[in-house]
Amino acid sequence: MIGIEHYLVVSSILFVLGVLGIFLNRKNVIIILMAIELILLSVNLNLVAFSAFLHDLVGQVFAMFVLTVAAGEAAIGLAILVIYFRGRGTIAVDDVNRMKG
Amino acid sequence: MDFARSLALTAPEILLSVSGLVLLMVAGWGGDKASRLISIAAVAVLTACAFLTAPTLWGQAMGAEVSAFGGQHRADTFAAFAKLLIYASAGVTLIIAQPFFDKARAMRAEFPLLVLFASLGMGMMVSAGDLLALYIGLELNSLASYVLASSLRTDERSAESGLKYFVLGSLASGILLFGMSLTYGFTGTTSFAGINAALAGGLPTGATFGLIFMLAGLAFKISAAPFHMWTPDVYEGAPTPVTTFFATASKVAALGLLMRVAFEAFGGQAQAWQQVVIFMALLSIVIGALGAIGQNNIKRLMAYSSINNVGFILIGLATATRAGASAMLVYIAIYVAMSVAGFVAVLLLRDENGEQVEAISDLAGLSKTRPWIALAMASVMFSLAGIPPLFGFWGKFVVFQAAVQADMIVLAAIGIAASVIGAFYYLKVVKVMYFDEPADVVKGAGETSHTVLLVLSTLAISPLGYLGTKCVGTLANYAAAALFPVG
Repeated sequence: MIGIEHYLVVSSILFVLGVLGIFLNRKNVIIILMAIELILLSVNLNLVAFSAFLHDLVGQVFAMFVLTVAAGEAAIGLAILVIYFRGRGTIAVDDVNRMKG
Repeated sequence: MDFARSLALTAPEILLSVSGLVLLMVAGWGGDKASRLISIAAVAVLTACAFLTAPTLWGQAMGAEVSAFGGQHRADTFAAFAKLLIYASAGVTLIIAQPFFDKARAMRAEFPLLVLFASLGMGMMVSAGDLLALYIGLELNSLASYVLASSLRTDERSAESGLKYFVLGSLASGILLFGMSLTYGFTGTTSFAGINAALAGGLPTGATFGLIFMLAGLAFKISAAPFHMWTPDVYEGAPTPVTTFFATASKVAALGLLMRVAFEAFGGQAQAWQQVVIFMALLSIVIGALGAIGQNNIKRLMAYSSINNVGFILIGLATATRAGASAMLVYIAIYVAMSVAGFVAVLLLRDENGEQVEAISDLAGLSKTRPWIALAMASVMFSLAGIPPLFGFWGKFVVFQAAVQADMIVLAAIGIAASVIGAFYYLKVVKVMYFDEPADVVKGAGETSHTVLLVLSTLAISPLGYLGTKCVGTLANYAAAALFPVG
């Protein structure tokens, strides 16, 4: 029988993978966008699992909102990335260093 | 609660969103030529919203009769106090942005719209009564802010600051959201009142994790250490009017949200978050003070100064008392005035080609070439350092007073000692402006609207500001009362 704790473990693993994907990745900003999506997906998994466990619909409604916002967030992230690429000609994470201190 | 009443309570939000959509159509057809018209209309809308919000604060409306849509949205005194500050900051941003972007030939019709939508999101954040409303407001504000940060498209630094703000802001939202999902799972509800009731018997481990994740996510948004690393880059790279917006309106909204969550959702479990908040407060004060020392960019310096000031505001939160909440609100109001004065003074500094002057070394001898700007800048620096008789001192005073009343004398003593370190770099700017040989870089003429705003905000933080202490203090007390219904 798969219980709530299994879902929590999976979503925690996904969340940690997402956070590590942001901090350990030195190559490409697109990978950071994917890592952010991974974090939001782990949250959705949590919300839906809790919603089923608690027999409460709020969690599923919440997950719908998160999905919608995640789509908007990805669109804005890609738009900013396009502007950035036009100016610099690169999207390598190590090159995002015009400002330091 | 009937539907019409809910709509009436959310009138400022409805006005903001409807007029934002209408102006979006104007922008769509009129193009960038219409940007001036849209800016003026946006300022008018924000003024109207402020007039709609103000009676709530004066009327001391709070509790169940002002909660709309089943408790999702509360139009109480606390929300009104924060919203008035937010609308004022957004209005100031629009007024200073028009000449700035005109000069850079980069004024876009969508700029005032994004400021409107960000203000709408901030208003929803500070009135949230439920995790769902909190999240929607926060994202509406954040998504608009990411675009605002990168709005000077031709400037590489602006695009880079937008990118950094986006990545770290989304990470913060993700962490906050993960905390919210755990809190929901272990309390079975998303409403702040429900969470508080569910935790009355004690804090389960899962909910503790939820609380810590939520605190971490919100600490990102208010740029408290150890989650402050995006602040200097974003403040430096974003166009100066946008930086003003981030330092004023965004900060008010994020701090308001943090207060709502800490006092309303987790108010019964204050001892669980007090230690964390004390740690963040002291770390922010120290990192803000030490980080600022080596800086040569005035906007970067202001960023570290904002980290430092957030530390002092968090001392008010750490007390977990009504007096502490009221002191935080007073401090936030004064901080908004100081930030506006500081950034408008920076905007007035232009070299002979009309480019912005941002290096502190270029300010050398400003007291001889531009004595009034130097005087305003010096008042801002002394005020941020909390040196009497300037008004910034009052904010620090009420916060420390609240800490002493709550028997946190050690915390207050460390805070006062650390504020002395901060005084070092503020005084360094004053020394460069008044005692160094003139660098003679600042030549260009400033805008009239900028000068007027600088005079007004400098008067507000000057000793004349003390005339308003009673008024601000009373209103902050009304607002804090909404967070602490009993007592």
